[in-house]
Amino acid sequence: MSEIAEKVKAIIIDKLGVEESEVTPEASFTNDLGADSLDTVELIMEFEKEFNVSIPDDQAENIATVGQAISYLEEHAK
Amino acid sequence: MELKRVVVTGLGALTPIGSTVSEYWNGLSNGVSGAAPITRFDASKFKTQFACEVKGYVPENYFDRKEARKMDLFTQFAMIVADEAVQDANLVEGSFNPDRVGVIWGSGIGGLRTFQEECVNFANGDGTPRFNPFFIPKMIADISAGQISIKYGFRGPNFVTVSACASATNAIIDSFNYIRLGMADVIVTGGSEAAVTEAGIGGFNALKALSERNDSPETASRPFDKDRDGFVLGEGAGALIVEEYEHAKARGAKIYAEIIGGGMSADAYHITAPHPEGLGALNVMKNVLRDANIRPEEVDYINVHGTSTPLGDISEAKAIETVFGDHAYNLNISSTKSMTGHLLGAAGAIEAIASILAMQNSLVPPTINHFTDDESFNPRLNFTFNKAQEREVRVALSNTFGFGGHNTSVLFRQFKD
Repeated sequence: MSEIAEKVKAIIIDKLGVEESEVTPEASFTNDLGADSLDTVELIMEFEKEFNVSIPDDQAENIATVGQAISYLEEHAK
Repeated sequence: MELKRVVVTGLGALTPIGSTVSEYWNGLSNGVSGAAPITRFDASKFKTQFACEVKGYVPENYFDRKEARKMDLFTQFAMIVADEAVQDANLVEGSFNPDRVGVIWGSGIGGLRTFQEECVNFANGDGTPRFNPFFIPKMIADISAGQISIKYGFRGPNFVTVSACASATNAIIDSFNYIRLGMADVIVTGGSEAAVTEAGIGGFNALKALSERNDSPETASRPFDKDRDGFVLGEGAGALIVEEYEHAKARGAKIYAEIIGGGMSADAYHITAPHPEGLGALNVMKNVLRDANIRPEEVDYINVHGTSTPLGDISEAKAIETVFGDHAYNLNISSTKSMTGHLLGAAGAIEAIASILAMQNSLVPPTINHFTDDESFNPRLNFTFNKAQEREVRVALSNTFGFGGHNTSVLFRQFKD
């Protein structure tokens, strides 16, 4: 697993208080990991801070699963 | 319309001298001080380096980590005491209509630590706004009432009163009023505060409101003592389940006390200083006696606001002598802030509980840390110095006054069918 993927998973485990085994690439933040709309906003902000990127709102809307977050950040992280 | 009778059927407390109601009463009756060096932050550069913190508090003992992270400490405290009170009142599902159960909470400041952290983060950044989405809903004072309602599904009247150190008493009075008017059956009331932060201590220090007796924290809160030099900041919470009498009777609830009156007034004088003649304090005690329709002679105990500030203690004592006349010298008076410190917006909640427990136990908790008489006070006034005094308490009065000149009083009476 890439370094980015490891960091993304660690952030999700910390912010959503879930077990590592639940954080699969297909897992949806809201449907599977118990996030509400505010949790999702907070996750995006943590990704921005950790990876020093700015994720525009229209793109943030497309990041709904663990895998989508990892691939977006692998592409955009500086 | 005929007003309904209002009783107290449950209590919860998380204080600097005890983390449950029974521990709190142990501390009160034994004259324990909750003051100690500050642990919540490095206070070495502050004029005041001690406070009355809740001891050994670990959020994970009460909440899962994710839940705790979304609540400021003042809301965590609120949830803990509300739970103790709900259990104590045996408010089990099916014994009430959730649409008729309200939550009216008090907090003077709200989520001060959250506010401070978010602003510091922003200031330390490059100007890009990266405010946490939970910043506002963690910080706003009313979230405490909202969170309690969400946990239990209580869908009646729901809000938070803000009147600085009078906040929780305003919440109790509002609850009393809504229930006696028939607008709710049960209300979870009380207050919580968690302002032992850099901003809290620094802000009150700047006002010269806090004791600076760093060499002896446990004797710093000394209301009515000649050498008092300000209040000691406290933190914590208290909850009361306030209920319409027939509703309580129908579900077989135990009854701690009856609420018989609420009084409110304003000094209309100064933002932080009390009226020198205690005008607001005098009016609020007259108002509460009138509301309850009792004579001053019926009151046995006054749990005073008595914060240990040079001016405030004098004006309150003057007001008591004016309102109660010769009976002022038969009363037991005490400031439990000598033990708990000043819980700001939660003070009225834990002091209402102290007043009710004094009734239950026929024991008046003391004003500890009395060393030297102050000639400003009439020696005939009994401030219950240093040691609890046995006394049958049929009626107890609890005073709280807040910055802004807000004054509140509430009267409790032993319950008789």
